[in-house]
Amino acid sequence: MTLETWLVFSAALFCVGLCGALIRRNAIIVLLSIELMLNAANLNFIIFWRYGVNADAASGVMMVIFSIGIAAAEAAVGLALVIAVYRHFKTVNLDRIDSMKG
Amino acid sequence: MQQLDQIFVTLKAWALGHVPEPLQVPASIVMSIAPIMLVFPAIFALTTVAERKLLGRIQNRLGPNRVGPFGFLQWAADGLKTITKEDVVPRNADKVVHFLAPVVLLVSALLAYSVIPFGRNMHAIDIDAGILFFFAVGAGTELAVFMAGWSSRNKYALLGAMRAIAQMISYELPLLLAALAAVMATGSLNPNDMVAAQEGGRGWGAIVPNWFVFTPWGFVGCVLFLIAAAAESNRSPFDLPEAESEIIAGYFVEYSGMKFATFFLAEYLGLFVISSMCVVLFLGGWHAPFPFFWCGWIPSWAWFLSKLACIVLLYIWMRGTLPRLRIDQLMNFAWKFMLPMALINLVVVAVWKYTRPWDYFGAELVRWLVCVSLLALPYLLLGRNLLSNRKWGPRTYRYAG
Amino acid sequence: MDAPFLIAAALTLLSAIAAISLRNVVHCALCLSLTFLGLAALYLQLGAQFVGLTQIVVNVGAVAIVIVFAILLTRSADNPGESRFNKGAIWAGLICAAVFATLVVAINTSYVSMKFGAPAPPLTVEKIGHELMGRYVLPLEAIALLLTAALIGAVIIAMKEPNGKGGGQ
Repeated sequence: MTLETWLVFSAALFCVGLCGALIRRNAIIVLLSIELMLNAANLNFIIFWRYGVNADAASGVMMVIFSIGIAAAEAAVGLALVIAVYRHFKTVNLDRIDSMKG
Repeated sequence: MQQLDQIFVTLKAWALGHVPEPLQVPASIVMSIAPIMLVFPAIFALTTVAERKLLGRIQNRLGPNRVGPFGFLQWAADGLKTITKEDVVPRNADKVVHFLAPVVLLVSALLAYSVIPFGRNMHAIDIDAGILFFFAVGAGTELAVFMAGWSSRNKYALLGAMRAIAQMISYELPLLLAALAAVMATGSLNPNDMVAAQEGGRGWGAIVPNWFVFTPWGFVGCVLFLIAAAAESNRSPFDLPEAESEIIAGYFVEYSGMKFATFFLAEYLGLFVISSMCVVLFLGGWHAPFPFFWCGWIPSWAWFLSKLACIVLLYIWMRGTLPRLRIDQLMNFAWKFMLPMALINLVVVAVWKYTRPWDYFGAELVRWLVCVSLLALPYLLLGRNLLSNRKWGPRTYRYAG
Repeated sequence: MDAPFLIAAALTLLSAIAAISLRNVVHCALCLSLTFLGLAALYLQLGAQFVGLTQIVVNVGAVAIVIVFAILLTRSADNPGESRFNKGAIWAGLICAAVFATLVVAINTSYVSMKFGAPAPPLTVEKIGHELMGRYVLPLEAIALLLTAALIGAVIIAMKEPNGKGGGQ
C-alpha cells in the first residue's frame, strides 16, 4: 500500500460527499454529505499520522478523536436546525426554503 | 486439575497440529468461533425452558411439562414449530431492510462474544481496546431495531422501535459510565487485564475475593450495570418496546417463522453477552470465589458459566416479580437517578484509587467510610427527589366501571 | 494493493455513493452507517484501533440514529412526486469531477509523497489516555464544553416555538 493510493481514495470519498451536498434537494442528505466530507478529512489525518516521520507524537490520532467529537456536536445541532426549519416551512426541500422573512 | 482447566485450549492446539500449514490461520479462527456459536445458542434453548418453568413456579402453575422429562425438551418442539411455519412478509414492507434487520441484530450480538474471556486463556480475540469493541458492536443493535420497526410499515412496529431506541440510548449512558468505573480502577480497556486485576483475596486469610463488587464503587457499579443491562436487552421490567399487552410485540410484530426465532435468539444472546461483561467487569471473571479452598479442581470456565447462570436466573426472577414501568418513569429513572449516580460513582473510584497508598492504623476503615458515605448520601437524596415527583391521586376510569 | 483494503475501500465508496443517490432517505441513512463501518475497518488497517472503534460508537451508534430520527420527524421519507436532484445537478457533478481530477494530479505530483516509508507505529490505548490527560488536556476540556453547549443548543432549537407558530407534526 502506498501513500498515494490512500490519498486518492480519501479524495474520492471527499468528492462523493461534495457531490451529494451540491446535487441533492433534501436538507438532511446535505448534512449527511457534510459528514462524509468530514470523515474523508479524518481519514487523511490518520493516513498522514501512519506514514509520517514522527508517528510517536500521535497528533494525527488526537486530531481525529477531537474531530469525531466535533462532528457529533455538529450533527446534533444541524439536525435540530433542520427540524426547526421543517416546523417553519413544512418542508426540508432546500429549493423551496428560499424566503428570508419568517 | 490443570488439564481439566485447560482442556479446551489443549484440544484446540491438538486439533491445529493436524491441520496443514497454509490452513492454520483460518482453521484457528473457525475453532475459536465455532464453540461460541454452538454453546450459547444451546444455553439459549435451555434458558427458554428454564425461564418458562420458573415463571410458572412463581405464578403458581406448572409450566411446560409435556415434551420430554419434566418438559425439558420443549425447546426442540418450539424450534421445529418455528422452522416449519410460513415466513410472511407484509406486501408494503421494504423487503431488503425487512430481511436484513434480524441478520444485523444476530451478527452484532454474536460479535460481542469475541472479546469475552470465558476461562483461563479462553478468549476469541485479545485486543487492546476490548471493552470499547464490545460497546461499538452493541451500536449495531439500535440500528437493527430501527430497521425492523421501520421496514415493517406497521404503526405498532414503528412505535415499538422508537420506544426501544429511546430506551437504549438513555440507558447506554449509565451502562457505559458504570463500566468506566471498572476501567478507571484497572487502568486498562482489555478484558483480560480486568480479570487479572481481580485475582486473589483480602481480609483475614484472604476470605473476601478481590472482585470489584466487594468495594463500595464496585457494588454500586455492578447494580447500575445490571439495571442498565436489563434495559439494553429489553428485559422486564423494561420491556416497553415489546409490551405484548400494549403494542402486541413491538418492532418484530411483522416477523414470523424463523425470522421471529432469530429475533428471539439474538435478544437472549445479547442478554447473555452483557451479563458475561458484568461478570468480567465486577464479578471476578473466571476466578473462583474461594481461591484458598478445596475447590481448586473446578475449572475456570465452569466458574464463569455458573456466575453467568446466576445473573440470568436473577433476570428471570426480576421478570416474574416486577411490574412493567411507564415510559416517563423509565426516562426519569435513567436521567435523574442512574446517570447522576454513575457520575458520582466515578468520583468515588478516583477517591478509592487516591487513598490506596494510605497505610496508617485504621486507614482502611476511614477509606471505606468516606466512599460509602459519598455514595449513600446522593443515593438517598436522588431517591427522595425521584419519589417526590410521583403524583398520587384518585384514579378515575373513563369507560370501565 | 491487498485484498482487505480493496474490500473495505469498495464497500466504503459504493455505500457512500448509494448514500447520496438513493431515492428513499432512510435507505440513504442506512447506507451512511455502512460507510462509517467501512471507514472504521480502514482505520483498523492503518493501525488506529482506538479511533476505529470510537468511530463506530459515535457515528453508527449516535449520529446515524440521530439522522434517522430527524428523517422520521420531518417526514422526508415520503414525498414521491418530486425529483430528488436540484436543477444544477449536472454542473455540480462536473465541478466534483474537476475537484477530484485536481486532487489526484496534486497528490501524484507532490514531492511529499515520495519521502516517507511505511513504519508501523505502536499506539496503545494507555498512550492515548496519557496524551489526552497531558498534552491535550485543554482541547479535551474545550470539546467537553462544546458538547454540553451543543446538547443544550440542540434542545432549545428543536423545542416547540412558544407562540405556537410551529406546533409540531
